[in-house]
Amino acid sequence: MSAMNTQGRATRPAAANDDATNGATETFTGNRALHLEEKLIFEEDAPGRSGVDFPEPPAVADRMGGLARGAPVGLPGLSEPQVVRHYTRLSQKNYAIDAGLFPLGSCTMKHNPRLNERMARLPGFADLHPMQPEATIQGALELMEQLSHWILTLTGMPAVALSPGAGAHGELTGMMAIRAALEHKGEAGKRRRVLVPASAHGTNPATAAALGFTVDTIDEDEHGRVDLKAFEAMLSDDVAAIMLTNPNTCGVFEYDIRRIADALHEAGGYFYCDGANFNAIVGRVRPGDLGVDAMHLNLHKTFSTPHGGGGPGSGPVVYSDALAAYAPVPRIQKNADGTLSLIEQVEGEAAQAFGRVKGFHGQMGMFVRALTYMMSHGADGLRQVAEDAVLNANYLKARLKGEFSLPYGDEGPCMHEVLFDDSFLKGTGVSTLDFAKAMIDEGFHPMTMYFPLVVHGAMLIEPTETETKGALDEFADALLDLARAAKAGDAERFTQAPRYAPRKRLDETQAARKPVLRWQA
Amino acid sequence: MRYLPLTPQDREAMLATIGAASIDELFRDVPEQARLDGPVDLPHHASEMAVERHMSRLAMQNHAAGEGPCFLGAGAYRHHVPASVDYLIQRGEFLTAYTPYQPEIAQGTLQMLFEFQTQVALLTGMDVANASMYDGATACAEAVTMAARVTRRHKAVLSGNLHPHYRDVTETLCRMTDFPITETPPHVAGADVEALAAAVDESVGCVVVQYPDVFGHIADLSTLAETCHNAGALLVVVTTEAVALAGLTPPGAMGADIVAGEGQSIGNALNFGGPYLGLFATRQKLVRQMPGRVCGETVDSDGQRGYVLTLSTREQHIRREKATSNICTNSGLCALAFSIHMSLLGEAGLQRLAAWNHAMAVQTAERLAKVPGVEVLNPAFFNEFALRLSKPAAPVVDALAEQGILAGVPASRLYPGQADLANVLLVAATETVDPEDIESLARALAEELA
Amino acid sequence: MANERYTEDHEWVRVEGDTAVCGISDYAQEQLGDVVFVELPEIGRVVSAKDEIAVVESVKAASDIYAPVSGEVVAVNSAVEEDPETVNRDALGKGWLFKIKLTDAAEAESLMDETSYEDYIAGLDE
Repeated sequence: MSAMNTQGRATRPAAANDDATNGATETFTGNRALHLEEKLIFEEDAPGRSGVDFPEPPAVADRMGGLARGAPVGLPGLSEPQVVRHYTRLSQKNYAIDAGLFPLGSCTMKHNPRLNERMARLPGFADLHPMQPEATIQGALELMEQLSHWILTLTGMPAVALSPGAGAHGELTGMMAIRAALEHKGEAGKRRRVLVPASAHGTNPATAAALGFTVDTIDEDEHGRVDLKAFEAMLSDDVAAIMLTNPNTCGVFEYDIRRIADALHEAGGYFYCDGANFNAIVGRVRPGDLGVDAMHLNLHKTFSTPHGGGGPGSGPVVYSDALAAYAPVPRIQKNADGTLSLIEQVEGEAAQAFGRVKGFHGQMGMFVRALTYMMSHGADGLRQVAEDAVLNANYLKARLKGEFSLPYGDEGPCMHEVLFDDSFLKGTGVSTLDFAKAMIDEGFHPMTMYFPLVVHGAMLIEPTETETKGALDEFADALLDLARAAKAGDAERFTQAPRYAPRKRLDETQAARKPVLRWQA
Repeated sequence: MRYLPLTPQDREAMLATIGAASIDELFRDVPEQARLDGPVDLPHHASEMAVERHMSRLAMQNHAAGEGPCFLGAGAYRHHVPASVDYLIQRGEFLTAYTPYQPEIAQGTLQMLFEFQTQVALLTGMDVANASMYDGATACAEAVTMAARVTRRHKAVLSGNLHPHYRDVTETLCRMTDFPITETPPHVAGADVEALAAAVDESVGCVVVQYPDVFGHIADLSTLAETCHNAGALLVVVTTEAVALAGLTPPGAMGADIVAGEGQSIGNALNFGGPYLGLFATRQKLVRQMPGRVCGETVDSDGQRGYVLTLSTREQHIRREKATSNICTNSGLCALAFSIHMSLLGEAGLQRLAAWNHAMAVQTAERLAKVPGVEVLNPAFFNEFALRLSKPAAPVVDALAEQGILAGVPASRLYPGQADLANVLLVAATETVDPEDIESLARALAEELA
Repeated sequence: MANERYTEDHEWVRVEGDTAVCGISDYAQEQLGDVVFVELPEIGRVVSAKDEIAVVESVKAASDIYAPVSGEVVAVNSAVEEDPETVNRDALGKGWLFKIKLTDAAEAESLMDETSYEDYIAGLDE
């Protein structure tokens, strides 16, 4: 059989220790002061009640051709105050950047400025239909033009496609252009291999495989970087592309990146760069100077559009001259009279466009937020963003490395995130998962764990630039205390954690064995 | 800089702890020729007031749909969104949370997703739904690739009356994954179920039909579903207007195997086309082939009910190159807006909303049918229909826009170069349309066609 | 019950007449953790050794199972589809996955016996 769960992460909680605090039965209601239990919305039903008032609709002759819905939908009836309370209570069960430090590596959980939200809600953007006549949307097209200009200047690249809906979608859009270029050159049949480092985000191999490429894994060297010799040995005329994250997921800069790009280009391949970690270098390094052919940007990471509990994201992708012609529609065109047009069809000038990846024109609401953020920071501020992000990560590394273990030693600076492994927990009976859950009790969101896969029990910490030194110190002190407690044998503090969250550890095994994916009456 | 809390003293103290002489030292792994000496050539930082002024000016160069009568549809719909929806989704605990990978401190997002999945399953008449996808067009493309995994047949038949953006996104993905698509031609006079049924054979993995279709036609899909099932193919039903499913017999009741749709019209603003909300629902027995995130019920170690993301072995971060799709984001906040709006409406409110939409559309169609040079093409419709004008539709739409009336979407914008559709105009009427709007449109259209 | 032969990919076979009963080893089920889903092949499918033939999923991993020997699938254990935990409880007994009618009766002989397999996994754990 293939790959197993060799990191042994438990997916079923151990039986609760009776002495543990926070049992559900301590109060009559099951509530615990500000922790308010909340039923499913379907369990609060009273038929006929509604939170929206509509007068009686005008009587018309039904024109639904006999297809009018015969049976009720089955929604519960609630008034507005009930609905507001329901979602307010639910919201209070979430950890969020607004509430505290959220050091999730590779996810760039930075402060989300509220000006972005206000601008996205201006009626001239929010109440704009995507199919309005061109004369009525010139401001929107101008905004997309300006955003493109900022993106191209920051990345040092000549072309951008704004439409992808998220990072992984941008990746797909980038790799599609590479495939289109290979087809155009008549090399698509020959170049079938895509090289991906073992430390890559899971989306990279998934994207390459979705496009019919075979994925070959490149090993990392003892410094947590692509093994240049191994990479060069893999190059041949059947390589379509490399997909490389830089700074990489071990949190370090690939210092051989120019040599990798040059060797690859010489062999006729394309360089896809995963831009998930652009926050580390924005304003200080342009991917265009590193030999990149295509790269997506996660506007919800580097450019502070909110993560929203899992989207919506936005993943514009930039292209080099070699790929620009293949960028998908829609594109924006400047006309002789100074007006702007949307090019929505693959014809004429855009004949090499490989197609369309999303309905309409992309995540406009995210474009407004991202441009608002870029202009707020400016060229100088964005450079400071990268510097402070890298400084904060290195500061945490310096504060923690005495008790934590660095998988590749302490030979140089990290970038915007610092990677530890679980060897400091060896023999303590505490796993990375347990450690993460104990952080919850201390009031922090855990770091990214068990990723990248190349490191055992990985802990990837990305503080971002929007944390104060005081917050970092508090976090470091708490983590050092936890590490010492684990080593001192206080395993219960970890294995029973979290004790103070709205829920204790949840049984993922039961959820997957007998999936219950909806409420049933 | 208002978003950056470190002071120069902090930075110095931190560098000292690190043991680095300067920030530049932290960037020493960057190849020298790629290091920028100073800021790139863009404006420097700006105050909140200055940025607000800039953005407001851009916004004011647009004609917001609410500034006058608006009859635009074709995949995006202007509905009234209750005030509490936007207030609740801006609570920081929802807005600034991440994907719920730590379920103990993300029960708010998870319970919401569980409720959302239930609402989508109920609305579509299907067994189960996922936690949402990027938008309707990408959900459609994912439905086609899922059908191929289920049937092991890499061939799909797309209705010519499927929204052309959905068709293009699906075609692009399928072409890139070496998988042939057959299309029936657009059929503006009515739903094209017979043509689709005729295209089904034992090599076909799925048939994709839109309901209501891009021209607003609706038809009973039961027979088509039977034809598909007899041939071992799946029926994928696409809906671009979620409100229509509140008023119409749902696809699940007509034999659909997968419903892929756009949920924007419930809870979400027009936003010039995004972010939107991909809906995806299927039958229980196909659930392990369903793409995207999904939330499930379980218990914690105290036996208390709780929710987790589940069936994640299908996803890219586990299966990597064997994942069911490369998708790793849903449209969480848009799903939240949808779910809150559905909760506010409830059964009674949703039925009223559907009734208002149909009533306003019928009134609009009846009034426009009286305008010389206008022919209503739909035998049946919900809140959207197609007109054939006596002139090409695009210039008429531009002329009415100059009067502040957004008359509809010319079919030529979706089907360029298709001469028989040049005079066709797609018109939608929701509860936001009032009798004065209808009258303004009818009069302006009469003048323009005279 | 020491008649099982093992592959390096942690499948086992037990030859009964002209048929091989196949499953995953105890070591494999332990490494996988709680099995939540099993996808079995179609009866009648003809496979060669090392073909991907089934999938065993835990919460955190989906593993492809390779055919340990060549032949035709003649039976599958639908009980493990209903109750995947059987694979954890009794991997070598009630947790069998499928039966293959052998093309070459000698093929199974070339696989590791229990002692060699134990040495092999001891080597994996270092």
